[in-house]
Parts: sequence; C-alpha cells; structure tokens
Amino acid sequence: MKQVEVTLNVNGKDRTVTIPPRMTLVDCLRDMMRLTGTHVGCEHGICGACSVFLDDEPIRSCLMFAVQAEGHRITTVEGLLNEDGSLSDLQDSFWDCHAMQCGYCTPGMLVASEALLAENPDPTEDDIREAISGNLCRCTGYQQIVEAVQMTAKRRREGAAHG
Amino acid sequence: MADAPANLPNYRYVSRKRRTKEDRRFVSGRGKYVADVEVPGMKHVAILPSPHARANIVSIDTSAALALPGVHYVLTGDEIAEATNSLFHGLDLPNVIWHPLAVGMTRYAGEWVAAVVADSRYVAEDAAELIEVEYESLPAAVDSEKMLDEDQPLVHPAHGTNVLFRKTWEWGPVADDFASVSNTVSYRARWGRSSTVPIETFGVVAKWDDVHEIMDVWASIQMPQYQDQIAAALRIPMNQVRVHNDVDVGGSYGVKRGIKHTVLVTYLAKKLGFPVRFIEDRLDNMSGGDAHGPDRIFDITMAFDDDGVIKSMKIRALDDVGAYPGRAPLQLGKPITALCGPYRVNSIEYEAISVTSNKTGQVPVRGFGQSPTNFAVETGIERVAKHLGLDRVEVRGRNLVRKDEFPWKIPPGSKYDSGDFHAVLEGILKTSNWDDLMARRDALRADGKLAGVGIATCLEPGGGNNIFEYLFNPKLEITTFVESVLIKVEPTGVITAVMCTTTSGQGHETLVSTIAGEELERDPDTIRVVHGDSLEALPTRSPVASRMAIVLGTATSKAARDIKAKMITIAAHDLGVETDQVEYADGEFAVRGDPASKLTWAEICHIAHKQFHRMPPGHELGLQSYAVQQVPGAGGLPDENNEVPLYPCFSFQAHVPLVEIDPDTGKVKVHDYFIGHDCGTAINPDIVRGMIIGGVAHGIGAALYEKFEYDADGQLLAGTFVDYLLPSAHEIPPVVDAEHCTPSPMTSLGQKGSGEGGYLGAPAAIASAVNDALAPLDIEINELPIRARDIEAAIYEKTR
Repeated sequence: MKQVEVTLNVNGKDRTVTIPPRMTLVDCLRDMMRLTGTHVGCEHGICGACSVFLDDEPIRSCLMFAVQAEGHRITTVEGLLNEDGSLSDLQDSFWDCHAMQCGYCTPGMLVASEALLAENPDPTEDDIREAISGNLCRCTGYQQIVEAVQMTAKRRREGAAHG
Repeated sequence: MADAPANLPNYRYVSRKRRTKEDRRFVSGRGKYVADVEVPGMKHVAILPSPHARANIVSIDTSAALALPGVHYVLTGDEIAEATNSLFHGLDLPNVIWHPLAVGMTRYAGEWVAAVVADSRYVAEDAAELIEVEYESLPAAVDSEKMLDEDQPLVHPAHGTNVLFRKTWEWGPVADDFASVSNTVSYRARWGRSSTVPIETFGVVAKWDDVHEIMDVWASIQMPQYQDQIAAALRIPMNQVRVHNDVDVGGSYGVKRGIKHTVLVTYLAKKLGFPVRFIEDRLDNMSGGDAHGPDRIFDITMAFDDDGVIKSMKIRALDDVGAYPGRAPLQLGKPITALCGPYRVNSIEYEAISVTSNKTGQVPVRGFGQSPTNFAVETGIERVAKHLGLDRVEVRGRNLVRKDEFPWKIPPGSKYDSGDFHAVLEGILKTSNWDDLMARRDALRADGKLAGVGIATCLEPGGGNNIFEYLFNPKLEITTFVESVLIKVEPTGVITAVMCTTTSGQGHETLVSTIAGEELERDPDTIRVVHGDSLEALPTRSPVASRMAIVLGTATSKAARDIKAKMITIAAHDLGVETDQVEYADGEFAVRGDPASKLTWAEICHIAHKQFHRMPPGHELGLQSYAVQQVPGAGGLPDENNEVPLYPCFSFQAHVPLVEIDPDTGKVKVHDYFIGHDCGTAINPDIVRGMIIGGVAHGIGAALYEKFEYDADGQLLAGTFVDYLLPSAHEIPPVVDAEHCTPSPMTSLGQKGSGEGGYLGAPAAIASAVNDALAPLDIEINELPIRARDIEAAIYEKTR
C-alpha cells in the first residue's frame, strides 16, 4: 500500500507522519500521534465523538482524510488544556457540573461547546442545545452538559467584566 | 441543581455536592478506553458478515484474502467451533449452539462468517472483501408471533422448535380474584426492538503469554462471569485469564457483553502468538454485535372493582431474543421482581414465552426487561381509568402501596423494602404544577395542536440476587450476586480501596471513596480507588442490576467500619483503656472523658504498620479489611409456590411529561419533563441526577425513535445512526427532578439503586402523554416506538 508523508499542525506543533493516503484524520490522530482523547463513535458523521477543530471550525475527524488536513491547524481535546496543563474553564465546568458519565462523548462535546462560546459568549439554553445537537450522548440526557456550558459562559462574562 | 432532601442525616460527604473522582480524566481526554490500549505487536481484526438472514454456507474460499500483503490469518466457523467450547446460554438449551462465527449456517443478516487478522484494520477490511462465500439462501423466521406455529423455518433445526422457553406461573388466587370483581380490561402492548446503543462500540484486546501461561484481556465489558466464560470457551483454567478492569467503558447500560468477540480474539491471540485487537465499527455493532434489546408483545387482562382498585392481572409476554439467546431469555424473569409495579395487586398469572428468530441476538439492557413490562402494566392502569371514567392519577393513588405497609410482599414473593409512593406522586404533581400543566395542554389544543400530559409511576428494583434465573433454569442454582471491596490504610495514613470490576460511567470510584471517607471521616479526595484485575480481585458479579450503591456501597461501609474498629482496638491498647472507652472523631482517637489522652490517625497507622511492640497481642499487622457482600435479604431458592424474594431495594419514581404533536406530520415534541424520585440516600447527588435524566433520555428514545427494524426477509433496516435514531439535545427536554429520600433499611446508609429508574418509567410516561394527546381523536397507540410516521398514519386513518 502506498504511503505518503504528511505534516499536520496539531495542538500548536507540527508533526510529520507517514501514512496511507486513505487514513482518516481521526485514525491518524489516535493511532499515529497517540492523541487518544478524540474518540470514534459511528464513523459516519452522526455522533460527533470525533469532533476536533480544523482551524476555528469544529469538524468530524472521521469524515476527513488526514492528508486533507495538511496546512490547517488542528486542535484536539488535549489542546484545550491550559498551557500549564491545567483544566480550561470549560473543562473545569464540565467536571464541576458532572456533565458526563462514561466520558466517551465528552471530548467532542467540549469541542462543540468551545466553538459555540467562541461565537456567542452569552448563549441561551436553546443556543446551547442547538450547538451540541450534532453530538450524541447516551449517558446524561444532556442537561448537565447544558449547565456546564452555561456555567462557563457566566464565568467568562464575569471574568471579562472584572478583568 | 437538585437540592439534597431536607431530612438528610448529618453526613460530611455522602449526599453532598462533590466533584466526582472520574470526570477529571475524561475532560482531559485521558480516559483509557479499550481502543486506547496499545499492546506492542498488536494486529487487527475485521469481520465478514453474512448478507443473508438464513442460509446454508456451501463453501468459503479465503485464498485471495490470505494472499493480500499484511494479512496474517483468516478464521472461519469450522475451526473455532472445533477449537473452543460453545458460548453460554441462560436457559438449558443443549441443541442451541453458539459460536463466535457461523458454523454451517448463518442465522441472521450480519452474523459473522469469517474474521481476518492483518497489520491494520484497513488491510483487514480489504481482505474481508476478498473472501468468497457461497451461500444457499433459505426462507427466514422473522415474525415472532408466528414462532408458536410449527411450520416456521427453524432457526436452530436441532432444537426442533423456535420456542426456547414457555411457562406459566400463578401467584395467588387468580381465578377467585377475577370472579370477585365486576370489571376487566384486556389489551395488547408492544415494545419495539431497541437497545441502549452506547457511543463507544464494543472492543477487546487480547495477548497470550505462553511462558507465563496467561491471557491478558482488555475489553469494553460490563458482564458477570466474563472471565469464567472466557476460560470455559478456551478450555483453559480461569487463573490463566486476567481481565484488566481498569479499562474505562464508554457507556454500556447493560449491553457491553462481548463474549463472542472476546472468545474470537483470545482464541486468535493464543493461536497466532501475537496480541490481537477487535474494535467493532458501527455497522459491526448494530448488525452483528448481538447487542439488541427486548422485542416484546404483551397480552394483558386486569381485573378491578368499580373504584378502580386492581385485584389481579394476567400477563402474557412473548419475547423475541433473535438468533442466539445468551442470557436474554432471563430478561423475562427479572420483571417478576416487580411484576405488578408499585401497586397492591393480590394475584398474578404470568406466562413467559421466549422465541428465537433470524435476527441479531438480544442482550441484557438497562433494567433487564423491566422497562417493557412497566410500560405494559402502566398501559393497563391508563386502561382501567379510561374504562371507569376515572382520573388516571387518582387510579394510581388508589392502587399504590401505602407508606405504612412496608415491607410489602407482592404475589411472586418480592418484598418492597420501603418507600412513600404517595408522597412522591403528590410531590411531583406539585413540582410540575399539574393543574397549570393541564391548562398549558388545553391552551396548545385550543391553538390547533395535539397536546397531552403523561403520568407513569414505576419501581426500580436494585441489588440483583437474580434468583429468578432458577425459575427459568433450575440448573442455574445461583442465590447470590456478590460484590467485594478491599480497603487498606497505608503506613502514611492515606487510604487505597480496591474494587473488583469495570465501570461504564456509574462513578464507582466516587461511590467507594465517598462512603469510605464518610465512615472513616477522611477526605474522599485523598482516597485512591483502583480497579483490581480479575486475578487480584475479590468475588464480583459486575455492575449490573442497579446494584453497586447497594452491594458495593454496603461492602465499603463494612470494610471501613472494620478498619475503624481495628484502629480503636489499637488505640485502646496503647492508651491502656478498654475499647469502649475510646471514641473516634475528626482524625483522633481519644479516651472518653479524658480528651488529652489520645492518639492521632497518623500515630495509629504508624503503630499498625511498624510498631509491633505497641500492638495488642494477636492483632493483625497493617490496617486492611475486605468485605464480600451478599445481596441483602437474599439467599434462598423459591418455595413450593415459586415465591421468592427477588432484589432487596426498591426505588420509586413518578414521571410527568408534557408533549405536543404536530397534527400534520405526527412529530412529537416533549416540552417538559418532571420526575419525582426516591432512591433512598443518594451517595453523590450529581451522579444520581445524571443517571435519572440520562435514563429518561433513553426512555424517550425507546418511546419515540429507536427501533431495529427488520423487513419481512430478515434484513436489518436500521444499521446506522441515520436510520436508528438516537435523541439529541433537541429531543430531550429540560428535566426537573424532585428528590425524596426514604432510606432503605437493607443497606449501610439507606442507599438504593438509581441507574435504571429513568429508563424504567419514561417509555410509559411518554406513551401516556402521546395517548392523552391523541385521545380527542379517539386514537390509542400501545406499540413502541411511537414514531411520527405511526402517528401520522393513525391520524390519516381516522380522519380520511
């Protein structure tokens, strides 16, 4: 099988891997770069467990070949941590609100929520439900996830007001 | 946020808002799921499924697949059937043979016919496509009701019939009770084939070490007797199987039972001499993973007086378990635990029929069969109210067991331990502003919409002694569902606890650390909880049956209390007083009435581990204790009337949703959802709340969207998330949860089960709401899921 060399900018660092051209981005992130925080749920673009940022857009990394991501910035859940390795405010709110049970959908939920908050710092509950409606969770019934996003938005607004 | 109930004892950690132990790793992307396990040299499996629902396998040509570079092996059914023992069934079915791969015949579309092992999953899939199988297609047995006829194609010809089990029990004077009242209603309720469908599929990694003679297994598993069954299938001693219980399981809700996957992969790892991994892709999971849920037809008659007081019920349940039954038929047994729901019924006749069909196999699903049965019984309560022209809430109130009647024994023998059903029901009517809710419904109706308010009550049995299995198969003479924990206080004073099974989102590390912290007055955040592997672990039956708070929680209390007693003994000896003179509080062991005479927690730990000369004579060194916990209140076999107490603890819920239906499309929108809930002492309120709301979401899915639909030829029509619809944040409404606390007398801190109740009640409540909405059109639909197209068709039929 033909192999190609690809350089991807992942979580702020360029990483070069040699892969078959048909390898999906999610498999490349997980199996070649060992960034296993991004999960595979359905492999047909419905469940959102594999969501990552491509530049500033949340995308399904199961629906994209890794080679297509060359030249773009990719951010995974590991890249959402603060630079010192501590939890981001969103991650901390997810923990505080127990916005998960098994944790499998959580990285995708964090990506979808971060994308929303970047666009809309003061989302309504409906806005939040809309933003995460492309990410399936079978554990929580979504409510504590909604609450975690609300908590983060509130913390950020208060932080901005005081900062 | 749900507040803790007002009558809470003065706990430090239990029932308090506290962050869980598990979530930090999950939000960091640092959970360790099976697909994250990397074993050096690991090869990958892909599966070739059968395209036919029922066919003879004439020949399999693997040569082209084997010739593909990167392919190491192709396994077919004949080889694995020869080399391993067949898989376990709950029923005694000597002629229903189950192997990981089809042998001679395929029994459902999607059944695994061959497995390829290759350097990568990509290459393995390429190779699977190169396998040439010649089939002789045969007519399939698909319609479960027809399985009772003799002319159906036989799924397992050697068994001679498609009926796997059929038995009728009578508990109490059914005929007399029917004769004693003047009203009956008879109805049919149907539960569609759905499942819990975790976002993580099943996966397993296995590595055989022929020097140490050990099979290491990492799997996304939630299953009793997993290691026992692996060993039995591979014909190796059980202590050559090491299941790593520290794998995070990405959701299960009962269904992660990949024993056939595991036997396949462990067999390959042992035969080939290198580690092997198989992770289901979504289609593998939906069509061939044997992870479907109950598919059940109920025919029920209820007998009741003119006040709507139900005297007796006759229930017939016909369940289609698909091609390979496994433990699935026993899901007709668990509902016996609470067969009449929370109601005071005097007698019950129950006929349970389990049939096999050319469909994907069924596995245990959240509640182990209780949710369909609860839906069917609640449908009857609605029917009784309708028949008499009574209010449906009032009819429930008249039949609920009363607060002063506990423990309450139901006809099949279960003893409901405790509760205050009326208070929870009244509480949720208040929380939901029932009258306002009805006014909103009427306003929607006035606006041209269809709208309905639903009501359902339900019991959640927790604890799981599973003695009902004996009623289905006396060879399963199992009277315990044991769970264990080991707690150690290290020389430095920190605490480590070893639990003995996997976790799939239930928060067991939080459970154990919270209870151990409460009992020992130590901060749970400083307590480490590890998952011992199956060779290290004490006896476990895995986290099923809504039982871990009850059984693991009580075990944790016992072990912690034993450690505290040991520490008091050491302190008393060192301080020169009797043990009853020493009190423990806030990390100090002090002589009663002489608070200056004391030892600290750290000093006792130091003595216990390092100062033999200060230890009481004959006292064990170190500070450790384990508890192996029997299911409270259980242990006997059924008596001569087939009565037996099943499950120790009973949680209660009352569900109230408001739905709106678009009269043109039939689309249902759930506007509001209220649930009154009593699971005794909630160990961690956030975890309990999440379980409840998540369970409600599952129930809404089963009620409105989810179905593994088959066509008449046995082809699965819902193999992806495009056709098997899972509810998103749009479909699940905000859920308001009102907690009530009736502590259980059966457990260490009054805790009961909470993992299943949302799912056990929601389908009935949603059906109630939808039928309330359709009542003005004189339409009643008692078949789940009630999809938009079903409603649209019913409206069309009625109004054309």
